[in-house]
Amino acid sequence: MSAWTAASAPFARRLLQVTGMQRLGPYHVLRAVDPDGPLGGRGGANLVPGQFAMLACAERWGAGEDERPHLPRAFSIARLVDGECHFLIDDVGPGTRRLSELRAGEQLWALGPLGRGFTAPPEGRRAILVGGGAGIAPLAILQDRLQVTTTVLLGFRDLAHAHGAALLDGARVATDDGSTGHHGLVTDLLDADLARDADAVVYACGPAGMLEGVRALCERTATPAQLALEAGMACGFGACYGCVVPKRGGGYLRVCLDGPVIDAAELEHVDAHAGSPA
Amino acid sequence: MSVSFCGLELAHPIINGSGTFDAIAAGQVFGEQLRERFPFAAYVSKTITLAPRQGNPPPRLWEAPAGLINSIGLPNKGLDRYLSEDLPALAQLGIGVSAADRPGRGVPLITNVMGSSAQEISNLLDACDEHEQIAAIELNVSCPNVKTGLDIGADPRSLEQVLGAVRGHTRKPLIVKLTPNTADVAACARAAQDGGADAVSLINTLRAMALAPGPRSSEADGSAQGSGARWLGGGSGGLSGPAIRSVALAQVAAVTERVSVPVIGMGGVQSAAHARDLIDVGATLVAVGTESFRDPEAGWRIAQGLGWSRQTADSTI
Repeated sequence: MSAWTAASAPFARRLLQVTGMQRLGPYHVLRAVDPDGPLGGRGGANLVPGQFAMLACAERWGAGEDERPHLPRAFSIARLVDGECHFLIDDVGPGTRRLSELRAGEQLWALGPLGRGFTAPPEGRRAILVGGGAGIAPLAILQDRLQVTTTVLLGFRDLAHAHGAALLDGARVATDDGSTGHHGLVTDLLDADLARDADAVVYACGPAGMLEGVRALCERTATPAQLALEAGMACGFGACYGCVVPKRGGGYLRVCLDGPVIDAAELEHVDAHAGSPA
Repeated sequence: MSVSFCGLELAHPIINGSGTFDAIAAGQVFGEQLRERFPFAAYVSKTITLAPRQGNPPPRLWEAPAGLINSIGLPNKGLDRYLSEDLPALAQLGIGVSAADRPGRGVPLITNVMGSSAQEISNLLDACDEHEQIAAIELNVSCPNVKTGLDIGADPRSLEQVLGAVRGHTRKPLIVKLTPNTADVAACARAAQDGGADAVSLINTLRAMALAPGPRSSEADGSAQGSGARWLGGGSGGLSGPAIRSVALAQVAAVTERVSVPVIGMGGVQSAAHARDLIDVGATLVAVGTESFRDPEAGWRIAQGLGWSRQTADSTI
């Protein structure tokens, strides 16, 4: 098993330079450099797939629709290549709207990398990457980092959103409306794949409903699964206690501190509580 | 240069608001740098209660116009485990102990406690009083009295009565964290002083709520999170951030006019200019809360903006 070890995040938010913004269907891929920090350049080696950063635009962060955004937004690190850090943005609220407007040359604040990421699969075990919507982001850097061949199963709303599948190599796609790929849920693809060969570790990220489907399926088939959860959070470093999810046996886990990647066995179910700050 | 507060000598006038910075979690995330560059001149704990609390069900947060509504519900591991587990963990971070290389220095620990009766509060104060690591106690009075159902701190008479009953249970400085959700905060501050408080702090969050977004329609699924239903798992919450800054300034000004004890001012402080405003109306210390969520170093950034440097801070004691 290859060990992935996270270094401590710098105790300071840093100004990152935006180097590009590309469309990927309805999504936006934000690229930025962090020359002296761990989100690029020399630092990337200590970044674990599944970790995230808290992002906010350096200019005009606030005073948008409804006098928002105010708080930074949590984003999985989608990729780290050629000294550039990539984030996948889905414009669904005032924060993601403002971030998606960034252009090369502008700056953004970043705090991170934060949280616990994925654990590498045991030697010889197949990795199945299961993603939904903008939740495919951390699976891209995971695929880059894994030394083994991966099976990639991605679910999207429709053909337009399915363009996001280009973020990963060799993805099989399911869409809710059947406009491309399998007409149905990505968990249908996972079910069939596990039936073919159950000796696998599942890595999943996506909406709560999808994650719950993956969790239940993996529990039924006794397949180890690591779920990267999404939750609205104010800080990203354990201060606000806002991002909790119920854990198996009672009590709560802080998604920012105990996650965002949580072993499926630690959860009784994935709650469909919406994220809030978007 | 230092700031005197209730017998403590602080390196600068900026501390954290209770429940807005978890030093133990931050130590896990940021490692040794947190200790080296701790942003606050004193560390205020989350609210500690006698029994453990899990906190409110999610969702716990709502981003409000220029602010944040939280409904966290004061999760904490309870007094016993706070004393046995958190105090040693905080000591590791240099909180509440003198730094080995600089005797006498370190970040004083202020423990925030809450109880729903004079008896509960007395028990909390008794226990804290025995621990040298705790420099001062902050009493959260935004808690319903078990007998009346009203917040202990919302009514001057009940506040003075409760404080009179508990004051003798600690020799440490006692700070009363006032509630802003009251008719006359200055009268409550005066009552706190008359009841034996050594200082008061304000403002706590303003009671607020949010409804789930989305189009209102007859097809609303009727679930707790359907559009138009209460968004927060706790039903309602407390508003913080820049949205409350002007209210904080008015309340701090009203309180400093009525009391002679030192005042810790807070509410929407994001910059040195905002802290300066609170100091100008009479606050001795300024606490930073929601801004630390955006920038974990905000406390020190603001202290620097007020003219403090590591050199001046280091030469204090």
